[in-house]
Formats: sequence, structure tokens, C-alpha cells
Amino acid sequence: MARITLSALAHAYRPNPSAPADYAVREATHVWENGGAYALLGPSGCGKTSLLNIISGLVTPTRGRVLFDDQDVTQLPTERRNIAQVFQFPVIYDTMSVRENLAFPLINRGLRGAAVQARVEEIARLLDLSRDLDRKARGLSADSKQKISLGRGLVRPDVAAILFDEPLTVIDPHLKWELRSKLKEIHKTFDTTMIYVTHDQTEALTFADQVVVMLEGEVVQVGTPQALFEAPDHTFVGYFIGSPGMNILPARIENGHAEIGKARLALGRDPVLPPHAKIEIGIRPEFMRPAAPGEAGLEVSCQRVEDIGRHRILRGVCDGQKLAAILPEGAAMPPEVLRMSADAAHIHVYADSRRVR
Amino acid sequence: MDKPFTNKAWLLVLPVFLLVAFNAIVPLMTVVNYSVQDTFGNNQFFWNGIGWFQELLDPKSQLGERFFDALWRNALFSAIILAIEVPLGIAVALAMPKKGWGVAPTLVILALPLLVPWNVVGTTWQVFARSDIGLLGAALNGLGIPYNYTNDVISAWATIIIMDVWHWTSLVALLCYAGVQSIPDAFYQAARIDGASRWAMFSHIELPKMRRVLLIAVLLRFMDSFMIYTEPFVVTGGGPGNATTMLSIDLVKIALGQFDLGKAAAMSIVYNLIILAVCWVFYTVMVQADGRAERERAT
Repeated sequence: MARITLSALAHAYRPNPSAPADYAVREATHVWENGGAYALLGPSGCGKTSLLNIISGLVTPTRGRVLFDDQDVTQLPTERRNIAQVFQFPVIYDTMSVRENLAFPLINRGLRGAAVQARVEEIARLLDLSRDLDRKARGLSADSKQKISLGRGLVRPDVAAILFDEPLTVIDPHLKWELRSKLKEIHKTFDTTMIYVTHDQTEALTFADQVVVMLEGEVVQVGTPQALFEAPDHTFVGYFIGSPGMNILPARIENGHAEIGKARLALGRDPVLPPHAKIEIGIRPEFMRPAAPGEAGLEVSCQRVEDIGRHRILRGVCDGQKLAAILPEGAAMPPEVLRMSADAAHIHVYADSRRVR
Repeated sequence: MDKPFTNKAWLLVLPVFLLVAFNAIVPLMTVVNYSVQDTFGNNQFFWNGIGWFQELLDPKSQLGERFFDALWRNALFSAIILAIEVPLGIAVALAMPKKGWGVAPTLVILALPLLVPWNVVGTTWQVFARSDIGLLGAALNGLGIPYNYTNDVISAWATIIIMDVWHWTSLVALLCYAGVQSIPDAFYQAARIDGASRWAMFSHIELPKMRRVLLIAVLLRFMDSFMIYTEPFVVTGGGPGNATTMLSIDLVKIALGQFDLGKAAAMSIVYNLIILAVCWVFYTVMVQADGRAERERAT
């Protein structure tokens, strides 16, 4: 059990990094609370696996420190940190039975006898592996193997955090659900910090209390799934989370209004903008609505309407920019050109991709 | 629907059949033919039935004693070089760089001995190990270690064994290296997280992943070492005495030295059958081990 602190941490794989682009993980400080379920979300190559490997000790950071509670573990090797990691592909020891696999980390730490057996059986029961305990591990299916990998982490009573590196990659879709609920259940049973790396937003949003979104080595937002949805701190978060992603439109901000081409939307506030920044506004498709009579709105020419079952998505163009809007249930087919607006609270202003309050 | 059936298809196999007949079946049959006859030259042959085989397989007869002595030497030689080359090859494979600039030079250096023809290896070592002018031989003698492969059995055996180890350990190492390279990094990382010792990593991760290539390496090295001819022939000529006379060398002595074609033919057949039998056992063990793994996966 531990709080994990990354203090002024940065990592580059190449020697003598200078430009920000040289860094796989850009300098930042984060605190991961004890017992939290975190998801590290981002596109491939954004540095999320690097960050995970720094926490587990497989990679030593170029700068900064890693603290478990108040102990500095930056220079400690993996085996001396109380960390377990589950990898993309199941790692099992082919020659051993499931029981031996689960007991392996305990045996390596000098434990023997009945205590080991009891612990192994407890974990096996928790992971529904009891029936397979005495089978050779290599004969099992991918999801069972992944459970064994997880079990080898859980079996150690001292484990402070379990790290998952896209653990469901090779699992059949219908078993993904099952395994994901199992993870949630385990997180509730054990008071262990869990950090889950994924590029799948569904996985991240269903698993985590806190989602950490990364882009190009930088953490762009940490927040609850709801916060990420309602107030994305970065245009990338808006675009990456949600389906369809947030509408991002270039705009000019003046006197409490956003000017998009000829249209003006009321903001009800006057954000302080840095000079010479690229200004955009973002509106989630869920919050787009037809403008009330007399209300100012965006002129949207409708191109098509997609029916995806739960709701319908309007795809249109406004001032040369693509735009999506989710139509309210039971709404009539929209006309070819319509005016759309959104409540001021749901219109976010971005300067150089970052949200301005 | 009935498939059209025609015997004419057999004609298509004919060219291959002829090719195989002329380069394998006919020569083999010649050997079988010789093995049941005796000759006193002048192309005169006499029927001898299974006489040569009886003599060959009777350890009390002169020919039998000679055969079993050579067979025993062959078996000992194969056992020794396998006992050295397999562990050494694994050790080399594990010590080789896994990535970076060192990989290519290491592979080239390791592959070099494999590219040298057998008789060149033999000649090189024959000179290298000479006790009067050879760098190795003269140096050993200079250090006061008695070494002369022309009159000392231990020296002769040591020479051909070290020569074979020099020539062929690379093969085992390269095959094992391929096995080690196929292990994803995650396995090592997981093992470190599990607190596994270096030995545990080797026995639970590396060795199981190397098993298949290792069996192939053992099979190749066994066949090759059991058929060894050129190197001892070039270096020691089978001596001192008969100390390094392997089956193949003896075979040539009987066939071309004494022109005892019948005896030599019988011996070739038995020799061939021994190698076939051992390889068949190896192969069966390999296939069964794989089949067991497959079945475990399927259930």
C-alpha cells in the first residue's frame, strides 16, 4: 500500500536531450493516491508505457525522483520495489503448473510451506483458477494465462501497486468484459493502487476512478471520466474521449462572445487570452442543440445523419469546418441548413490547444 | 463427385524416380550386392551370404573386434563433444549481445568457423598443434607439458576434440541464440518483478524456449560427429595406433586399403543403420514431446 509520487520526473531514451521532443516523458510532477484506480490513456507512442516502466523500475528516469510514500525508490531495482506488473502478452512459466506459477514470487522471496499454499489457493479462488491449479500453465487459454500473470502480482501480500500494460490486447472480446469486471472486483477487495495503461477509452473510463490522458510525453489532463467529458483541458482530450469527439472550431473571442466566421455565440464571460495564441472553441456533440428562435447560432449545412441505434448523429459543415451533433431522441429529420447553438457553460475556449477558464 | 483416376499420373513421377534411382538406390544396391559376396580381385566374386554380417557382429572375430572398437571410439567421441559443445554453445548464446552494434560482428565471427571446409580445419590444426613447429604444440612443450599427437593417445584425442569444439560450437550457439532472441522482453521483466534469480530465469524461461532448437542442434551435432572422417584423417590419420580410428576411417581402410569390398560393404550398411536408428529415436522423442505440448494446449 503506498502513495506514488513522481517528482519533477522526465525521461529521454536518447542521450543529451535538449528539445522537448527529445523526451519520451516530459518533466512533470504527479501524485497517485494509495488505493486509487488510475488509467493512463493516450495514443500509441505517447509515453504511457515509458511512464509505467519508470514506476515499476524497469526504466530509470533521466531526471527526477520516484517516491513510494516517503521512500525514494528511484535507484531501486524492480525486484526490490513492491510492484507487480501485468504485460500486454501473458507471461507464464511454461514448465510450471498454475500452482507453481502463482507460488513462484513467494518462493523467490524465501517463503515456504503451508503459508504459501494457503495464499496461492486464496488467490486462485479469487481469480476462478482453483480448478486449473494443478494443470500445466502453458495449456491454458489466453485469458486464464493473463489471470495467472495478475495472480503472481496479487499473491505477494506486500504489493503496493499493480501496473497493467494494455492487459486485454490478446483477450477475446467477450472475455474482455469479464476480465475487466474481475479487475474492478479485485480492486475493491484489495486496497491496492492500480495503474492501467490503455489506448482504448472504453477500457479506461470503465476501469478507472481517475483517468490520466497523455499526449507526446506530456500529461494533458488528470480527472474523473466525467470531468474529462464535461471539461476537457486540452483539445486532444476533447477529441480523443467521446464518440464522436468534441467539435473544435477556430474562433475569435470578443466582448463575451465567440465569433466563428459570421456567427456569434454568447460565452457570458471574458476569458483572459495569451497574445498571439491560436484560439479555438470546443463543444461536445452531445451539447449541440438547435438554436432557439431569435438566438444567435452556427449555420450548419447538414451532410448526413447516422443512426447508431442509441441515438442519431448529424454530420455537417459549418464555415468549412466539420461538425457533429447528437440529435435529441424523437427529433424530426433536420433541414438541409439549420442554425445550432450550445449553452455557454458547454462552450470551452482553447488557446494553443489548452483550455482557458 | 468421382475424381478422375488415371495411372498416367505415375509417369510424372518418373524423372524424379530415375534421378533418385541413379544417385541413391543403385549405389546402395551395389553396396548390398558387395556385402553378400567375397572377391579375390580380377572381378571374380563368390557368394558369401550373410557371412560378413555374422563376422562383423561377432565381437570375438577379428573383424568384429575391430568394428566394435571403432564404434566405441565413435560413441565416446560423440558423447564428449556433445557434453562440451551443448553447454558451451548455450553459454555463448546467453553471453552474446541481444541488440546494438555488437550483434552483427558477433554473428559474423561466430559464423566464420562454420564456413571453413573440413580438410582446411584439419590441415590448420595439424600444423597448429605440431609439437616441433606448431604454435600450440611447441608452446605447450615449451611450457613443459608433454604434448605430441603423433605418439600420445591423450594428446591425439584432445586435439581432435578441441578442433571439433572450435569448429562446431558456433552452430549450437547460433541455434540457441535464435531461441533466446525469440523470447519477448516482458518475460525477463516479469521474472525480475517476481524476484527470480538468474538461474531461475535460465531454467524457467530461457531453457524451455530453447528446447526445440537445442534438440535440433543435438541431432545435427550427433549425426555429424558420428560420421566424422576428414579431421582425424588429416590430423592423426587414425593414430597413434588405432587410437583415433573412427568407423568411417576404418571403413575406408578396409575398402580402399585392403580392397575387402565385401567386409567394407557389410560394415557400411550396419554403420548406416546405426545412424538411422539413433536419429529415428531422436526424431520420435522430439515429435512426441511437441505433440504432448500441443495436446496440453488443446485440452
